[in-house]
Amino acid sequence: MENGGYGEIPDNANEHCPGPQSESAGKSEACDGCPNQQDCATAPKGPDPDLVAIAERMATVKHKILVLSGKGGVGKSTFSAQLSFALADMNYQVGLLDIDICGPSIPKMLGLEGQEIHQSNLGWSPVYVESNLGVMSIGFMLPDPDEAVIWRGPRKNGIIKQFLKDVYWGELDFLVVDAPPGTSDEHISIVQFLQATGIDGAIIVTTPQQVSLIDVRKEVNFCKKVGIQVLGVVENMSGLSQYLEDFKFTKPTETGEHSDITEWALEYMRANAPELLNLVACTEVFDSSGGGATRMCREMGVPFLGKVPLDPQLCKAAEEGRSCFFDQKCRVSAPALYSIIKKLVPRESMENGA
Amino acid sequence: MATVKHKILVLSGKGGVGKSTFSAQLSFALADMNYQVGLLDIDICGPSNPKMLGLEGQEIHQSNLGWSPVYVESNLGVMSIGFMLPDPDEAVIWRGPRKNGIIKQFLKDVYWGELDFLVVDAPPGTSDEHISIVQFLQATGIDGAIIVTTPQQVSLIDVRKEVNFCKKVGIQVLGVVENMSGLSQYLADFKFTKPTETGEHSDITEWALEYMRANAPELLNLVACTEVFDSSGGGATRMCREMGVPFLGKVPLDPQLCKAAEEGRSCFFDQKCRVSAPALYSIIKKLVPRESMENGA
Repeated sequence: MENGGYGEIPDNANEHCPGPQSESAGKSEACDGCPNQQDCATAPKGPDPDLVAIAERMATVKHKILVLSGKGGVGKSTFSAQLSFALADMNYQVGLLDIDICGPSIPKMLGLEGQEIHQSNLGWSPVYVESNLGVMSIGFMLPDPDEAVIWRGPRKNGIIKQFLKDVYWGELDFLVVDAPPGTSDEHISIVQFLQATGIDGAIIVTTPQQVSLIDVRKEVNFCKKVGIQVLGVVENMSGLSQYLEDFKFTKPTETGEHSDITEWALEYMRANAPELLNLVACTEVFDSSGGGATRMCREMGVPFLGKVPLDPQLCKAAEEGRSCFFDQKCRVSAPALYSIIKKLVPRESMENGA
Repeated sequence: MATVKHKILVLSGKGGVGKSTFSAQLSFALADMNYQVGLLDIDICGPSNPKMLGLEGQEIHQSNLGWSPVYVESNLGVMSIGFMLPDPDEAVIWRGPRKNGIIKQFLKDVYWGELDFLVVDAPPGTSDEHISIVQFLQATGIDGAIIVTTPQQVSLIDVRKEVNFCKKVGIQVLGVVENMSGLSQYLADFKFTKPTETGEHSDITEWALEYMRANAPELLNLVACTEVFDSSGGGATRMCREMGVPFLGKVPLDPQLCKAAEEGRSCFFDQKCRVSAPALYSIIKKLVPRESMENGA
């Protein structure tokens, strides 16, 4: 099966279609009666003029990083948000672009729900969390957040193009692009639109189990195919770690129900086994017996950036739109995230910026 | 579709909530009840169903009747683009129209035969695949959709959109499943670590279990629970109440269920999925017509 890409033959095209980008598109004999004939005959050929506008906007952006995953729900947006917070903490000028049109999570994760986009004579203005952290998402453009965005590919591509063409990002050290899962319209488009101006690379987020890694392999191959460097892979939800005293405890009864005996259990521990209260209890949750992301990276020849444990506190921070680095609550996840992010930042910049 | 009695879509707003895991286990359960089941995977970029049914590496065969589903059991057939990829690592980098085309072929060219249930596992979101499957199937009747979510607000935001998608296109919401609803595991099954001065953690599981046995043995019979995915927003129960859709139930995060999915097994087959299988089963029972259960089971 061949993969579609630039100027591909539409599925509803006539036989012997010359291709929508061809000189004879819409005009050749083969085009008669084709539903796309009118579009092909009148559409401009050759390089997309919008790319020029995009190049102008991107001229003031030093680094562009895509955050991808093969699989959904692995923590891609959570990672993008925390990466952006961390870079902003290091005094970089950061833009975070959310190109998930159907499920835009970024506004919530940055504490920006309900915000709107304003226009200036320079273009659309990102919504600023801090003076050096601006965010753009379709989430800011929906009058009703419960309303589904039921768009087919071409319309999604259109809004992504506008995000690049019409938004005034200004001088940015980093533009972080948070993509939806998969390898479809949004991914093909963002690469098409940005490639001329240079994409530093992609970070791929996964969880340990094989069903995620299958999709990550596809994502790595997508990057290879379109010429994007894989900066590295992050293994998220890599085991649950939580201080024992933060658990609830239940005891199964004869009926099979479970009764909550947390208070009793903690008192019992304090009285008889107090050293337990300083311990962290860990469990895998998402099976890594396939070797996890470490092994996959070795096999595919891409860098492994590190593991982030499942941390209920990180989930809470994401829900509340907070940086996990702000206080000490994300005891297990913040250090892990930080050590991954440090690898992405050029050494000399860190000494200057931090 | 004339020979298909019931069609159920399994949707989610958000990715990674356990939609395909649920679709697979639903299909296993219905097949166990002696129904004739078809499972159609319309996730073109990330087809998970072959792995979850233990069918990796299988291929589709053609007969004069059309394409043949790949059968797990004689009464459980599966169709997925996963079976059509020569190299499973190769990304399927298709724009919308081409994805729509293959979904149409799955409905047009596959010989499903007589089915009691066709379960359609969709990718997350509300885009080409979703619009198309509704367009293609609506004339022949869709019984409804099950929406899978996790408890936290960032998932529920997307579920609300999915519920509104269903309302907009006229699909009945059969109900919402709250997956990964807390982690429960016997305390004896955990590892234990102690933070050192350097911030590293050292594994002291053996010591901890011995210490427990010696000083606090009753702890070893207890189940430790934690929420993991924050439900302080009220979880799916509250959202269902607000949106007027049925709440089908909660399924806890169960490492054993994850393992079963990885290994392509039914969670109902043995006793390993102690916490998740009963929860799944009580949800699935609600979906099956009462008289059919008495006949089929």
